[in-house]
Amino acid sequence: MILDIRGMKMQFGGLVAVNDFNLSLEHGELVGLIGPNGAGKTTVFNVITGVYAPTEGAITLEGRDITGMRPDLVTRLGIARTFQNIRLFSRMSVMENILVSLHWRLKSGVFDALTQNGKYRAEEASMQSRAMDLLARVNLDGVADSPAGSLPYGSQRRLEICRALATEPKLLLLDEPAAGMNPAESIELMKFIGRIREEFGLTILLIEHQMRVVMGISERIVVLDHGVIISRGTPREVSRDPRVIEAYLGVEKHA
Amino acid sequence: MSRHLKRDLVILVCVALVVAWANGDLKDLLGIPGWQSYAVRIINMCAINAVLALSLNLVNGFTGQFSLGHAGFMALGAYTTALLTMDMAAKDRVFFMTPLVEPLRNLTLPFLPALVLAGIVAGLFSLLVGVPALRLRGDYLGIATLGFAEIIRLIIQNVRKVTNGALGLKGIPPVVNLWWTLGSAFVCYLMLRNFLASSYGRAFKSIRENETAAQAMGIDLFKHKLLSFFISSFWAGVGGGLLASLLTTIDPVQFKFPLTFQVLLTVVLGGMGSLSGSIIAAGIVTYLMEFLRVVEETHYWGSITIPGIPGLRMVIFSLALVVVVVWYPKGLMGDRELTVAGIKGVLGRVRQRLRIKGGRPA
Repeated sequence: MILDIRGMKMQFGGLVAVNDFNLSLEHGELVGLIGPNGAGKTTVFNVITGVYAPTEGAITLEGRDITGMRPDLVTRLGIARTFQNIRLFSRMSVMENILVSLHWRLKSGVFDALTQNGKYRAEEASMQSRAMDLLARVNLDGVADSPAGSLPYGSQRRLEICRALATEPKLLLLDEPAAGMNPAESIELMKFIGRIREEFGLTILLIEHQMRVVMGISERIVVLDHGVIISRGTPREVSRDPRVIEAYLGVEKHA
Repeated sequence: MSRHLKRDLVILVCVALVVAWANGDLKDLLGIPGWQSYAVRIINMCAINAVLALSLNLVNGFTGQFSLGHAGFMALGAYTTALLTMDMAAKDRVFFMTPLVEPLRNLTLPFLPALVLAGIVAGLFSLLVGVPALRLRGDYLGIATLGFAEIIRLIIQNVRKVTNGALGLKGIPPVVNLWWTLGSAFVCYLMLRNFLASSYGRAFKSIRENETAAQAMGIDLFKHKLLSFFISSFWAGVGGGLLASLLTTIDPVQFKFPLTFQVLLTVVLGGMGSLSGSIIAAGIVTYLMEFLRVVEETHYWGSITIPGIPGLRMVIFSLALVVVVVWYPKGLMGDRELTVAGIKGVLGRVRQRLRIKGGRPA
């Protein structure tokens, strides 16, 4: 078991955004977290990555308690994420976006960087080649020097995933990666996610709004509505669950 | 690579020769007199303002943290340099109301260590200020740093045993010349350029671009903001020290908010996030500050007398800032740098345009 969330509750003033949330992820799994708008999916991500400290409950990563830990430290322990609304460093180049993710492993100190000494230059060179290697694996090496903000939408999504991969995560959290894409692009993206999962040996938790997008690649699906898990199981089981259909389509009222 | 090195060396030697000429160093050797002292003074001010603008740009332009505390750190640097370079006799002449505390009274250092210590004192204070203030974001950080700068100034005004209070310090040794000011600006520029090109510089820029994302990529926000603030304040302290030695007299009133505003204006005019922009703007602002003295003088045109209005220069600068913010929000350079390749590109485009115009005479 890589991630374990026990009895998590997140309350903002009088609003309970997520309540009694339990989820365990096994190594190498791909789990989909779906639900209607405002169900609390992104809040779950924000609690896992330390943006919010949960009101109740505990989160453990490989047996280590990470509840309420600062986001940068959570990332260093092996959880990386992308954002629902793309948050690239848009005025920096594609290459620099990846290099930022490699920064926390830098061993050279401030003085090494100021004087650009041999130690720093060697480390910089290895960072550059590592970043270029990563970009090549997501087919973005051709635009390494372009500003990230100038890329087409689909490439920005891929770059954001690549930037998260550069922190060398064990667990990758993807927040609606297919948002704003047409069905063909969505399918393309899901294939891409499946591929990087194999190549990098990742465990993935994927938020998605549209159910059919995650059906194909998730082993398990968890359905969240109004902050509560209303269904969980294989895609087939979940898609037949009347509570899920109700949450998505509303109840048919018989006269 | 080696060709560039050769080119850079040639440029450096040429600049050094011009500086030696301007500074009057060739007078004894070759009999060539130095430049007018007024011109030299303006160049000195340009260089000092460049140091100040570069350092403020590091925090405001590159790290995206809105700091308004520059004047406070400059004051610390100015007082440190003054107290460490004045000799005992000069100190005794100035401190006639309240004597200076003992270890400082007979402590006199050469200019270079005094200047470095000025930077370090300012830097250490910036850590004291930064630890609480850098937890704030945006406008709140601006207000907090502004407040801290004013606190520093008020402390200086009231600890008479060390700073001579509101009377200020006079008779600071005028050690500073073109070598010191231009040299400091050069070292400051090289240091910031190296640093910003490094992984730390990228971390700073990522914080400017998107704090949430930067933190999610493993960047320790607080540590890097504090580092940026420290380096910036170090150079603000050095700038203050150079200024103290150039003016030879300092008092707490000099280091009020308008001083920070003037540096901020330079940074915005040059472009937030452009080192070369800051240097160019420092030159323009310093030169205009002198040139616009005309508007503050009384003019007599025949029988008509136009009285001079003191402070009109700052009105013009404020208007200039409004114009820049409304029509050129990115400043002169935006976040780009002036490079040899860039200049060649612009010249090439101009030439091409001229050729097109020339080719169609009919």
